[in-house]
Parts: sequence; structure tokens; C-alpha cells
Amino acid sequence: MPELTYREAVRDALATAMRRDEDVFVMGEDIAEMGGSMGVTQGMLAEFGPERVRNTPISEMALVGAGVGAAMQGMRPVVEVMYEDFLTLATEQLVNQAAKHRYMSGGQLKVPLTIRTQGGAGWSPGAQHAQQLEAWFVHIPGLKVVFPATPTDVRGLLLASIYDDNPVVFFEHRMLYGVKEEVPEELEPIELGKARIHREGEDVTVVAIGPLVHEALEAAEQAEGEGISVEVLDPRTLQPLDEEALIASVKKTNRCVVAHEAITRMGFGAEVAAVVQHRAFDWLDAPIERVGARFTPLPFAPVMEEWCVPHAEDVLDAIRTTVQRDGD
Amino acid sequence: MARLEETGTLSREDLRECFREMLLIRRFEEKVEERFRAGELPGFLHVAIGQEAVAVGVCRALEEGDTIASTHRAHGHTLAKGTPPNELMAELYGKLEGCSHGYGGSMHLYDVERGNMGANAVVGGGLPAVTGAALAYKLRGEPHVAVAFFGDGATNIGTFHESLNLAQLWRVPAVFVCENNHWAESTPARQHLPLNDIIDRARAFDMHALKVDGQDVEAVYAATREALDYARSGNGPAFLDAETYRLVGHYVGDPQVYRDKEELRRLRETEDPIKKLRERLELSDEEFDEVDAEVTEIVEASVEFAKSGTDPAPEDALKNVYA
Repeated sequence: MPELTYREAVRDALATAMRRDEDVFVMGEDIAEMGGSMGVTQGMLAEFGPERVRNTPISEMALVGAGVGAAMQGMRPVVEVMYEDFLTLATEQLVNQAAKHRYMSGGQLKVPLTIRTQGGAGWSPGAQHAQQLEAWFVHIPGLKVVFPATPTDVRGLLLASIYDDNPVVFFEHRMLYGVKEEVPEELEPIELGKARIHREGEDVTVVAIGPLVHEALEAAEQAEGEGISVEVLDPRTLQPLDEEALIASVKKTNRCVVAHEAITRMGFGAEVAAVVQHRAFDWLDAPIERVGARFTPLPFAPVMEEWCVPHAEDVLDAIRTTVQRDGD
Repeated sequence: MARLEETGTLSREDLRECFREMLLIRRFEEKVEERFRAGELPGFLHVAIGQEAVAVGVCRALEEGDTIASTHRAHGHTLAKGTPPNELMAELYGKLEGCSHGYGGSMHLYDVERGNMGANAVVGGGLPAVTGAALAYKLRGEPHVAVAFFGDGATNIGTFHESLNLAQLWRVPAVFVCENNHWAESTPARQHLPLNDIIDRARAFDMHALKVDGQDVEAVYAATREALDYARSGNGPAFLDAETYRLVGHYVGDPQVYRDKEELRRLRETEDPIKKLRERLELSDEEFDEVDAEVTEIVEASVEFAKSGTDPAPEDALKNVYA
């Protein structure tokens, strides 16, 4: 099996879809000659040309909205929004337009649009280039939300997103682009709405997304040394959410930790906690622990940034808390 | 749909057909006002009384396969683009037989099969999608044009500038039709536009721009033909500044406290596009009454059709969220 970085895996999914299907094209700021600010689309201009690897002005509203219009005409555009912080500029087009045309038309329209974006802390860009805003979009009926953590997942889920007939907000994480993984020889779509269990365990389920999947796996290793068996489950798609996998896991382990890099309050973990307590209340042996960023804009100074966002030791602390609770 | 004479003008027969269509829209919207005041119609309604010549002139010039995106003031565009009055009225009554099957309402009228990609209740909200639709036509080599309706008020919002910029940059086949009625809801142009001539906004993007008397349906038709031909020939987008008049309030029930009543009375006398066309066609009272009776009957029948339509089940609300 070939080994790809997360970055190469994204590119492979884009190029594969574009080779298969003339209706797929990519557009975004600096994605052509420069190959994107994260280097994801490097080399694609040479293969596909400037019509299909389309550099755009700095113009997020029109960019996302043009994607909506092209999608409603049957194209499958993939729009790159350079930083998810800049999704704020296109929120009207995503929330009022992309998400609602099918509904408001009574089912006459489809909007097969993929919005790729990325963000994340760990490199001290300050408050406007590293937010994790995925939870906002889970609140909007009509949008699907995907946040893959590994090269295999990002490759298969992006292909599935491009061929999905709905608008998909596809979150990548800046600090994951260099992560490597062996991926299947043949690129197959990964169905949206299916969780991945990275590690099976008996004592506690850690539901983690994005970079926290890796932090959770590290925490799980350490916990094992303390005699705690941890299951790590990544929903991979936040909307639709694989509730069945989630509930089955918690019914097995009886404890749950949710972990993401986004701010804890009103983060995606709040929804996971609500679903778990409602559907598995009688199976829970401890309150659900939440791990996320502190309630503050991201600061610049590395020492502050590091302190604000969660790491493996925070996940480990949460694991210990849920397990200790059992002995109260 | 369009019957273009060599000269780019309309025959007397075509003009009479335009007259009929404009009067149908007028009577339809008067009925909408009446039924709203009677408490039969839910929601938020905006009529375009006074602006009928723009809707009819533009839509008549379109070719099969061309698409439009409309605004919150959408009844006229929708009828002019070919949606039967029954389906439009049924939508206003929230029925499954409506053109948006009860999911849209007055501000979200769709008829995709007939090229209506949707009315938009966010001012300027539909403009980027028009640029994107035009991009799709260009990428696929299809001979279609995407047409946006919007008002002068929308030229102040970011989507307008970003969409025109992108459309011109990429030379996509789009036509931007500004229904320049001099009002942004209750705010007059002098309070929302820092320039005298709205066409300068299009020229700022180096866009091909035309100005037309929006109360003259033939002029609107001819200008739209020119704009469409320009866009369809691969030259890039065009902008149409159609000067028109909203002879009613912003919404049905608007007391218009902000408006000079005497000026409004005068405009109704001098700028009613239906009155103007009637005079031009020199229609006798009998001829007028005949058309009026015919369209009034269609409108009355649409109310009957709508009232006897099917109410959605409450739980139908969960359908159509995802494809």
C-alpha cells in the first residue's frame, strides 16, 4: 500500500475526481501557480489547466456563491477557502444559499458543492488564522460537515464529498498536512456518516475529531500503561453523525470523553455529550468529560496559545477523571 | 418564447402579447394584495406594481436554456418566465401544488424546469450564483446566459461588487439587470447612493453597460436582446440599468410614511407602464376590457385553484433538507 501525507491524499482525491469527471473543477485564492497556501493543489495547474484549476480574487462571498451557482447547473465545484476563519466572509452564501436552495425549491435543486478549508492552532498565527469553527455549520440543516483526521480518511471522504449531491463543508487541519499513513492502493469513497474506531478498548470511549484523534491515541497509549483500556472513536463526519457507532461504543465502555481543538463551550462535543446521555444514560458510570480549547480568542504568544488548546495530557486527565469517578 | 424582428423591435402583435402579460401580472398582484388584506395569505409579500415592463421585456428576450435569479419582489419575474398563475398562487397559499411546493413562499419562488433558479430574500444574495451559473455555461460551452434581477438598493451590498468583478474578470455569459426603482425599501437613492448614475458602478468593472427606460417594454426587450447577444457571443457579462418606478409600498401593507403622496400620485399618472403601453397601442375601451376580463378570469381561477390545493402534512417539513 502506498504511503501518502494528508496533503498528498487531498490532492490525490481532487485529481482523481477531475480525471474521472469534467464537471469537477477547483477554484480558490492562490491555488493555481502557487498551488494553494498549504500546497495542496501543487502541480494540478499543469495537469488540468487554468480553466479547471481556477485562481480567484480575494473574494470569498463570490467564490462560494459562484460555486453554489455552478453546482445548481450540475457541475461539482470544489472551492478552497484558504482559512476557515475566512468562512465568516462567506457565511451568508453557505447558510442562506447553499444550504437552503434545495429546501426552498421544494426539492427541485441539488447543490453538489464541496467547500474545502483548513485551520488550527499550533503555529501561533494569532486570533484570525487558526480557529476551529466546524460546530457552527453542524447547526445548519442542508449542510454536511466532514473533518477527517488521517490521510486515508481525508482521501476517501473528499472523494465521497465531491460526489455527494449536497453542499459539504470539508475541514482540514493545518498541522495534519504532513501526517503520513498507508492508504489503499485503489481510491474508494468513504461513506459520509460512518465513524472509524482507531483503537478498541473496554474502560472508556474517547470521541475525538481532527488533530485530537492523534492526541487521543497518544493519551490512550499512556493510559494503557496505567491499566486503563481506551477506545478511540473518530466520527469523521459531524453531519451526518454516526450515532449508532457512538452509542454502541459507550454502551460497551460505560464512560465517555469528547475531545476537539475547538472551544469547549457549544463545541461539537456538547452535541455528542447530549446524544450519549440521552441514548445511553443507563449505561454511563461517570459524567461525560469534555476536552477543548479555553473560552478565549487564540493568543499570539506561543506559550499562551499552547496553554489554550488541548493536548494529549488533557485527554489523559479526562480519561483518568472518568475512571476515578467509578471508585467514588 | 422570443420573437425577434430583424430590427430588434417587437411587432404590434408581440406588443399586445406583452400588454396582456403585464396586465396579468398587475391583476395578479392586485389580487395578492387583496387576499393578503383579507387575511388569507401568510408571510411577507412584496409586489412590483409599476415594474411589470422590466419583468416582461427581459424575460421575453430570453432564449430556451437561459436562466434567471430573482429577488424578494418576484411575482412578475416568475410569471414572465412562464410559471402558470395557478402554480404561483398555490405557492402563496402554501400548497403542495405551488411552484416551490409550499417550501418557499413569495420570497422563494422557483421553477427550475422553466429556468427560474430562485427568488432570493437576501438582497443581493442571488448574484454570486448567477456568476457561477454563467461560469458553468462557459466551462461546458453551452450557449446559455444567466440573468440576475436586483434593485438599486442591492448595488450597495458586497455580493454585488464581488459578483460583477468575478463575472467581468472571467468574461462569463451573465446579464445583470438593475431594476432601478430609486428606493431601497424606505430609503431613497439620495440616502443610499453616493453617485448620480448607477451605471457607473458597472463601468467601474469595465463592464458593458446599457441604460434603458424600464417603463417601456419594447425598449427593455431591445436592450435585453443586445445585452444577451453580447454575453452569448463570448464578450463577457453586460449590465442593464432599467429605470423604473415602484408605484406601491415596499411590502403589502406598507403605509409609506416616508413617501411624498403627491409625487406618488403623479408617478401613477405619468409612469404606469401599462397605461403607457395601452396609449401606444391605442387600445379602445372595448379592446382593453376584453384583455382585462380574460386575465382577471385567469387570476380568479388561480385563487380557486390555490384554495382547493393540498396542504402539506406538518411533517413534510423534514423532506427536501438533503438530496
